[in-house]
Amino acid sequence: MIKVDEKGFYGKFGGAYIPEMLYPNVEELKNNYEQITQSDEFKKEFHHLLRDYVGRPTPLYFAERLSEKYGAKIYLKREDLCHTGAHKVNNTIGQIILAKKLGKKRIIAETGAGQHGVATATVCALMGMDCTVYMGEIDMERQKPNVERMRILGAKVVPATSGSKTLKDATNEALRQWINNPVDTHYIIGSVVGPHPYPEMVARFQSVISEEIKYQLKEKEDRENPDLVIACVGGGSNAAGAFYHYYNTPEVRLVAVEAAGLGVSSGKSAATTALGTSGVLHGSKTLLMQTEDGQVIEPHSISAGLDYPGIGPVHAHLFDSGRGEFYAVEDEDAMKAGVELSRLEGIIPAIESAHALSALKQVRFNSSDIIVVNLSGRGDKDLDTYIKWGGY
Amino acid sequence: MNRIDNLFQTKKENILSIYFTAGFPKLEDTIMVMEGIEEAGADIIEIGMPYSDPVADGPTIQESNKVALENGMSMKKMFSQLESMRDKISIPVVLMGYLNPIMQYGVEAFCQKCKEVGVDGLIVPDLPIQQYQEDYKELFDQYDLRNTFLISPQTSETRIREIDKQSDGFIYMVSSHSITGAKSGISEEQIAYFEGVKAMELANPRLIGFGISDHATFMTASSYSNGAIIGSAFIKVLRDAKNLKQDIKTFIQGVKQA
Repeated sequence: MIKVDEKGFYGKFGGAYIPEMLYPNVEELKNNYEQITQSDEFKKEFHHLLRDYVGRPTPLYFAERLSEKYGAKIYLKREDLCHTGAHKVNNTIGQIILAKKLGKKRIIAETGAGQHGVATATVCALMGMDCTVYMGEIDMERQKPNVERMRILGAKVVPATSGSKTLKDATNEALRQWINNPVDTHYIIGSVVGPHPYPEMVARFQSVISEEIKYQLKEKEDRENPDLVIACVGGGSNAAGAFYHYYNTPEVRLVAVEAAGLGVSSGKSAATTALGTSGVLHGSKTLLMQTEDGQVIEPHSISAGLDYPGIGPVHAHLFDSGRGEFYAVEDEDAMKAGVELSRLEGIIPAIESAHALSALKQVRFNSSDIIVVNLSGRGDKDLDTYIKWGGY
Repeated sequence: MNRIDNLFQTKKENILSIYFTAGFPKLEDTIMVMEGIEEAGADIIEIGMPYSDPVADGPTIQESNKVALENGMSMKKMFSQLESMRDKISIPVVLMGYLNPIMQYGVEAFCQKCKEVGVDGLIVPDLPIQQYQEDYKELFDQYDLRNTFLISPQTSETRIREIDKQSDGFIYMVSSHSITGAKSGISEEQIAYFEGVKAMELANPRLIGFGISDHATFMTASSYSNGAIIGSAFIKVLRDAKNLKQDIKTFIQGVKQA
């Protein structure tokens, strides 16, 4: 059974390992989010915004030429068509409504590639809330257009200059700023990571993805359950959303795809389940890339959205329990899969999502199988990377 | 007798605890810094175990962690440096650090090593009370290690009472809602919080930390508690030191008396 327990654990992973200074904030969230998000008022506003603002439901598209190529029935869940270009906005819409109901005045967030930062800046503009996004100094350089998008939307973007100056450090910085501003500020975490209740809360906001897959597949195939669901995993929010309503349906294979970077054994990788061991980072116990001494190792992936040394605790549990199947895809193969989808279906995917597509080459399945690949984002933000790579 | 217990039994006020990061400013400075702290007349030494992701710390201590790691500091290295510390150091020694490196070292092996080299207590900011009770308390007790929890101005009275019940060394009062080294001076709002906690008449002694940097802030904090902890301001002294021992002495004596 994949389910979070009352202490915030999925099996051995999860919990809330936070400094006491954060305890009141996290406790306030834990005590209220369930009641607020279950209220009719919340649900009404959430669904209204998902429909009219985000553009949900996103299509479940039968990719005929891709299916032909791989010899199975492949559907793409088109999260790339969400407003702002990725699934990230499902979560920020949920959390901004929650923050308002908690009486918060300010929003802070971390971002790696800038997609979650943009999604946060977007909903803050929508709700007229003050927004500060922490972003690693190196990522700000790598993802300039997203920095400017956030600024156009009225957000303040603050460089994280500590450590490796990437996503991990932006998350540290956001946590620090939450310690400094505990009363009026809500921290919108962008993935299924962080202290309980964040992983479960974010997964629930993203679970709209599998909720839609179920009824859309029913309409198209007269069955709710595909044989496989494939999604990429950095922290793992799009995968958690795509898997959520299938966790406890064992006949649906859940395939999680991590970034192997330059190769799992190259020292330049973000394949957490292959390389990680149990540890504590950003408030939860999970699988973590670390040295023998417990220092966190800097990950590498060509995709900034997968460039994270940990993984959401629910995914650590999927791995540990054997419920999930985990694969790792190298930079080069992901780029090729991105171009392949562009040529076969006229869709340029985000490089994160291209990792999920590339796994079609590794995963074994039957020609009669129905496969849903969660296409978590579009490739506009990655044009620079595609151009620099140049292999098209 | 545990040196922390002994200290708080014999001294009730103006207790000065000094924090520094192991292996900073240079890898082999650890013992020399400890000697400097004791010779200058501080009461407790808090040794920071460097970590790649210190979320409760401000820029000064983040930097000292980073430098120490770059210097080659590790848990093993630190314990080897501390091996004979009790030949030279007689005041209580507390290790402060984040949970992950302790978990990777192995909690029991870590506690055993602490006891072996003469460490008296631990401060692990990201070890929550519940986890402590379930998985750690028994081991800490077995190796005679006192555990210190933090409280902040946001901590409710009920929670403070619970923390008081679970503590067995001293309580670390974070002076404001902030990370280390973030603010200077002590505001009226902070004084109200100090007074409120003092009036609770807790079972454990209290030391106030975060934002304590000089004689004035030390004396103000101490007047509402049993004493105070200085971290970032001391790290800056180490960072800028020309003559390590002399500069440590000048700073600590300046904190103790104007």
